[in-house]
Amino acid sequence: MKVVYERPKTLEKVTNHYCPGCHHGILHALIAEVLDEMGLAEKAVGVAPVGCAVLAYNYLDIDWIEAPHGRAVAIATGIKLAHPDVLVFTYQGDGDAAAIGLAETMYGAIRGVNVTTFLYNNAIYGMTGGQMAPTTLLGMKTTTSPYGRDAKREGYPLKMAETIALQGGTAFSARTALFNPKMIMETKKRIRQVFELQMKGAGFTFLEVVGTCPTNWGMSPVDATKFAETEMVKTFPLGVYKELKEVE
Amino acid sequence: MSERILMKGNEAVGEAAVRAGCRLYFGYPITPASEIAEYMAYRLPQVGGTFVQAESEVSAVNMVYGAAAAGKYAMTASSSPGFSLMQEAISYMAGAEVPAVLVNVVRGGPGLGDIQPAQSDYFQMTKGGGHGDYRLLVFAPYTIQEVVNLMPTAYELAFKYRNPVVLALDGLIGQMMEAVEFTDFRNPDEIPIPEWAVSGKFRHGGKKNINTSLDLIPEKLEAHNWKLQKKYSEIEEKETRFSYFGVDNPETLVVAYGTVARVAMSALKKLLNAGRSIGILRPITLWPFPKQALAEKARHAKRIVVLEMSSGQMIEDVKLSVFDPNKQYEFYGHPGGVTFTPTEIEEYLVRG
Ligand SMILES: Cc1ncc(C[n+]2csc(CCOP(=O)(O)OP(=O)(O)O)c2C)c(N)n1
Ligand code: SF4
Repeated sequence: MKVVYERPKTLEKVTNHYCPGCHHGILHALIAEVLDEMGLAEKAVGVAPVGCAVLAYNYLDIDWIEAPHGRAVAIATGIKLAHPDVLVFTYQGDGDAAAIGLAETMYGAIRGVNVTTFLYNNAIYGMTGGQMAPTTLLGMKTTTSPYGRDAKREGYPLKMAETIALQGGTAFSARTALFNPKMIMETKKRIRQVFELQMKGAGFTFLEVVGTCPTNWGMSPVDATKFAETEMVKTFPLGVYKELKEVE
Repeated sequence: MSERILMKGNEAVGEAAVRAGCRLYFGYPITPASEIAEYMAYRLPQVGGTFVQAESEVSAVNMVYGAAAAGKYAMTASSSPGFSLMQEAISYMAGAEVPAVLVNVVRGGPGLGDIQPAQSDYFQMTKGGGHGDYRLLVFAPYTIQEVVNLMPTAYELAFKYRNPVVLALDGLIGQMMEAVEFTDFRNPDEIPIPEWAVSGKFRHGGKKNINTSLDLIPEKLEAHNWKLQKKYSEIEEKETRFSYFGVDNPETLVVAYGTVARVAMSALKKLLNAGRSIGILRPITLWPFPKQALAEKARHAKRIVVLEMSSGQMIEDVKLSVFDPNKQYEFYGHPGGVTFTPTEIEEYLVRG
């Protein structure tokens, strides 16, 4: 019998704590698959955020460090300078990377730190129970924007992939999603691309992944996936915003 | 082989760290600590190291956190307001048992305060300035030579106990020039990467390392915290340092550290020459505090005089150490960046 799908070796054989219909689990699995395919698990260090993915270190069989809220890229910078031969990536939520840690994330891009950041954009603070995030859509109701996000009151959603693409030290910046098999394959392709770029020393690589939070969006898993596909992408268009073709 | 070089205190901090094996420095400018960053920016590239000017002290200390968790000798330095900003990460490092050497060139506060030498960060440094139950080993050298001598020890102890270590200086030590004797260079390539370091599984036998300060199970976190407390007890037992100068059982016992101790020393010499029954106990480690030594020296003392460039912080530990309500405790201090003069101290000690 031909094996069509195998659990990636690097994905730990434990049940994760993510809610049904949450896309965090898919993103973990994709990263694990790419690490396996590239033979990089032995050389990888993950930086976990404060947010729903705080326990990511239990799910991938690689070295991990759990960073203070928002500081993942600073931590990653220290690790990469300590050991330039390891593959360093941060795995962060939007609150972590784009609110409290915006300075650290931006300076990863400005300085061209040779690490990778995965930003899981679910437009909300998942772990703390559904408060407004920098990425919350206009009109979206959260526990701290109970009347719906109003640009006059709460400002505009922050478009990280576009912003990061503008910085000189960025080697790659894109936004993908996980709402259908085609997008999942696209995301996987980009994960491989950013890891390859990092191994070549290209600079800061950034992959924003539009995800879901059925629990705090108050939706079923199916509706949440549909919302990501139809609504999230209007504010957060998918695509590659910067891509270094040649690496010196 | 050692070398004698005329150097400014802050620069000596940098050179001593380089010689101890530190090749990674992360910093953000602030007076009166900036020369440490400036020195490292110039010096580290000469020895194959890296200097990064971070976007804030928050970032700087987290870069140190990353590098140290990866098993390397790293450093940052700042002054009081910047040190306040580092407290969250310092608490994390203590919880996750990450070793690092952090320098605080203390200046007058609270708030923006001023840029003059002060000792008003004593609480912040010794009582666990961040959240949670933790301790930092805090060295308070009083000469540039002592800074240089303590630097390798600071790294060794940080890694031995897997705990952040602080060098508490002040602007006066940072800014003055002194001829200092430097020891040889320690080759950083010969400093082993610890087994626990997050450095890629291939470096430590293929089993994954997780560095975290999180434990959601309260009983497990409690067990971890008791383990930390045990470690702190061991540090108290083995690493307490102080110096004493004066008669054996003084009637007047002076307690001072850092710059204040240095200034007080010349006053003490005069008073001792004049035949007074006096002595000065100088804590070299602010934590662990030399409780026992202090209690012994205070046994026959009537007056216990605590001199600080603050409104009275260390005096709390002095009282707790002596623990005798019948003694006369006196505090004489300058909060806000004013430095003591020897004459002033002498007059105070004579006058009472
Ligand atoms: C300094 C600090 N402030 C606030 C928090 C509380 N907190 C934990 S997670 C979080 C936000 C998480 O949201 P996000 O980064 O979007 O990740 P998600 O949970 O949605 O994956 C906050 C505010 C904290 N742990 N530390
Ligand atoms: S709260 Fe939201 S982001 Fe967090 S695990 Fe549940 S669905 Fe996922």
